[in-house]
Amino acid sequence: MKTNDIHFQFPKIVQVPDRFRNPIGKYSIRRNSKCISCGLCAELCPYGVHPRYDDYSKPLRPKDYKCIGFKCKENDFFCIDRCPEQALTLRRNPILETLGDYRWTAEMLIGHWEMAETGNLPVVDLEYNLGNSGGGFDKIRFKTPNPADYLSLGDDQIDTSVSLNKRGDGRPEVINGIPCYGGGMSYGSTALPVMVARARAATLLNTLTCTGEGGYPKELIPYADHVITQVATGLFGVREETIRFAPMVEFKYAQGAKPGLGGHLLGDKVTPEVAAIRETVVGNALFSPFPFHSVYSVEDHKKHVDWVKEINPRGLVSVKVSTPTDVDMVAVGSYYAGAHVVHLDGSYGGTGAAPDIAKKNIAMPIEYAIPKVHRFLQEEGVRDQVCLIASGGIRNALDVAKAIALGADGAVIGTAELVALECVRCGHCESGRGCARGIASTDHELGYMISEEWATRRIVNMYSAWRKQWCEILRQYGMKSIRELVGRSDLLVHLDYLDEEERSNYQAAPQAELII
Amino acid sequence: MPKKYHIPIKTANPRHHPVGKYATVEFREDCAGSCRACVKKNCVYGIFKDNYLHMSTMGEPEYLYTCNSCFRCVQECTRGIFSRVINPEYRTLGDEYWRPDIINRLWYQAHTGKIPVSGAGYRGPFVAAGFDTMWTDMSEIVRPTRDGIHGREYINTCFEISRRISPLKFNADMTLASQTIPILEIPLPLMFRLPDTLIINPPIVESAARAAQTMGTFLLIRPEDYSDALLPYARHLVPGLNKNNAADHEALIRQSRAVELAFDKDIENTLRIVRDIKPDSVLIVRIPLNADAASRALKLSALDVDTLHFYADEHGNELDAEDPRFLKDMIRKVHLKLVEGSVRQSINLVFSGGIAMAEHMAKAIICGADGIVVDVPLLVALECRLCYRCRKDLSCPAKIDDTIDPEWGSQRMINLMGAWHSQLIEVMGAMGIREARRLRGEVGRSMWFEDLEKESFGPVFGQRKIAGLK
Repeated sequence: MKTNDIHFQFPKIVQVPDRFRNPIGKYSIRRNSKCISCGLCAELCPYGVHPRYDDYSKPLRPKDYKCIGFKCKENDFFCIDRCPEQALTLRRNPILETLGDYRWTAEMLIGHWEMAETGNLPVVDLEYNLGNSGGGFDKIRFKTPNPADYLSLGDDQIDTSVSLNKRGDGRPEVINGIPCYGGGMSYGSTALPVMVARARAATLLNTLTCTGEGGYPKELIPYADHVITQVATGLFGVREETIRFAPMVEFKYAQGAKPGLGGHLLGDKVTPEVAAIRETVVGNALFSPFPFHSVYSVEDHKKHVDWVKEINPRGLVSVKVSTPTDVDMVAVGSYYAGAHVVHLDGSYGGTGAAPDIAKKNIAMPIEYAIPKVHRFLQEEGVRDQVCLIASGGIRNALDVAKAIALGADGAVIGTAELVALECVRCGHCESGRGCARGIASTDHELGYMISEEWATRRIVNMYSAWRKQWCEILRQYGMKSIRELVGRSDLLVHLDYLDEEERSNYQAAPQAELII
Repeated sequence: MPKKYHIPIKTANPRHHPVGKYATVEFREDCAGSCRACVKKNCVYGIFKDNYLHMSTMGEPEYLYTCNSCFRCVQECTRGIFSRVINPEYRTLGDEYWRPDIINRLWYQAHTGKIPVSGAGYRGPFVAAGFDTMWTDMSEIVRPTRDGIHGREYINTCFEISRRISPLKFNADMTLASQTIPILEIPLPLMFRLPDTLIINPPIVESAARAAQTMGTFLLIRPEDYSDALLPYARHLVPGLNKNNAADHEALIRQSRAVELAFDKDIENTLRIVRDIKPDSVLIVRIPLNADAASRALKLSALDVDTLHFYADEHGNELDAEDPRFLKDMIRKVHLKLVEGSVRQSINLVFSGGIAMAEHMAKAIICGADGIVVDVPLLVALECRLCYRCRKDLSCPAKIDDTIDPEWGSQRMINLMGAWHSQLIEVMGAMGIREARRLRGEVGRSMWFEDLEKESFGPVFGQRKIAGLK
């Protein structure tokens, strides 16, 4: 059973380097043939950009992803200027142009890789808090805090926990150590080691992760206290015991990336293992129908919730819905049917493959849905009894904090966890053998590229870095707990709602034209 | 079971390498040579397999059009000799409206007939100009009308181009007093018209005519593009005439089920000429989408017209305007004007210009169109890059000016439109709408940027100080 100690110890940070030989960084350093291998640069650089071994005198290729770039110029150890032969050149890595997109920019990706590696905030000057999308979170800023409010507290004295059960119905409170838990990614869509690593990381972080709609692999059983069982329309792998295992059961009525449409696992990904766990035929594409044909009303929905509560007397119930215009009514309906957690999944998120037309055009972005639902639940007088969780396009620690200030209790994270495992967001999760980087593939070779230990540590490290950011925000506003931040939209500003003068006090929204 | 509408999709390979977004660059001078761990052998997608031929001919290295950007080669090469750039050719595709990604995805659909699918969420801007300021709504748990992917064959995408039948009147002996007019229905809400400003030649026209016939829709066609080769498709061609030549094309009018007439002041006369030649012909009037569009629509609704076809420019902008409004706003204007005049039910509206993706079709219908006319995408299906060299009398890089095989050409168009049709069904399924006709003007099934900002952000952030998107 989960502990209810809100001041639990965050796991120790273990450095976990890149899986690949050539990590991608923001800067590129080239060494030309003038180099005489004097070794000065290796002595100078405190970041370890220039490796050198005692018993090998030839110059080695710089580890330029560690380079802090042009801001190093002011240091007396700036290798480019100090090189006696002027053999080194520094420039912004041109490959950045081909990495990332409007929502996850190249710098945000690299920043998260660095967090996952070190467990700290990046030392390289990367903009990892803001994307380039020109709206929503990317235009929302925290107000400049009053220095008098600052609390001199260590991170260990700040509470970032969130309670998932506010109903006071005798079921466990289930307190997560961080205001996030892992989104559902099914067995079949992601590789097994990734799934297990997510569960292990959730255990270390005292939070939860979700099975997705692909059944409950036996490898997850040791971490069962931290694994949500998802019940979706296909009911793949939903059994009495998997409902009993779970601290929380999630009903997925819709998902943000493809609202109104069912899941679709392509035939290529239905390997014998996947087929066995889903009790289907190898190589046959699997559709999850839409919607639940047993649910056409809130009363029908209540029947589902009651059924789960009956089977698992300790379990909480989460209801995952998408963001249509009447999302507020849906949220209230879910609450009255007995849900502990109302989970809103906005339209711009999603990890698995979805039709482009659905991802872009159906349902509203999560930024709009959170304040709408928060207000409505307040007006109904039930906000204090329901845990409101947001997901879909929440990319980084600041997005989580902004979502909380807009009115959510916490967030569900999918993509960022995959980015911690070096997802490059190429978007080819579904093609052929699946993800070429071994994250979203069940291929017998690609699906085992990642070790569980490596992936666990990367995810833990990323959240450790995120927690540092949350603690800093809370300290600035004189708060000791992230629960104080919930609904504090008075602490936020939106650049488009400010006068020009006021706007100039805040960081401008990045506005690069990208080729997508 | 009644026969279901089916679009015969069949892979139609491109004739040229589709221009891809990424190109891998090798700094070969740093290559160790004969490396046993060469990443090229291990490419998950095998893209290096067919890309060695330039070596034997000492040619320029080919761009690797099929790179899926997994970065494995970049990150795994023992000497780090790989890098990536955005294919410079990709940047040259299209223009600011017809963006490279739109063209590239249209090619993909024309090739495979499949819906574009990708992972890892949406990657574009939060909101953008044009159709990108609106989202379609979906129905959540409590509405019993959605069936998702199951039952989609029951989603009806038909629309009519013939005038709607008004309520029937009966004589005292219960015989029909009102006249019934023939109904001309198209199984999907689109017609074709080849753009005048790009290449049109007989094989292209034949491809479009064939595609129109196979799909059960119509090709709006200029009289000068008629040839004997088109005779088998005559029932799916709609000649585009005007007041000067309407009387000269009697044979064309007789053989066609519908006729399109260019708008001018004498339109009433022209309509009469055609009606006299063929009384049961469906009459379409082609009108520029400019400031007068809405009032003209209202006036024309009183005449003997079945359908109004408004055309915007290629970028979906209002014509003859200094500060042009976008198609979606213009559609609303025309539609609402007819609603106000209580005549919307009696006439059909189709729009063209700037409809570049399947979502534009769905959104145009939500704004108030009955259907759309596809123009530029038909050429893109034939691998057009929208480089506009043809307008300067330069050669076509995709060799569309060459003789293309109409069977291939029509299949490419069918595939593209088949993919659009599937996507329309996809969003209609999500919206819980089973009839394209029910979607017309149904803004309740959409959410608009300005409204969402006001409703959701207004109470939090106050008054918005920036008008527009930037």
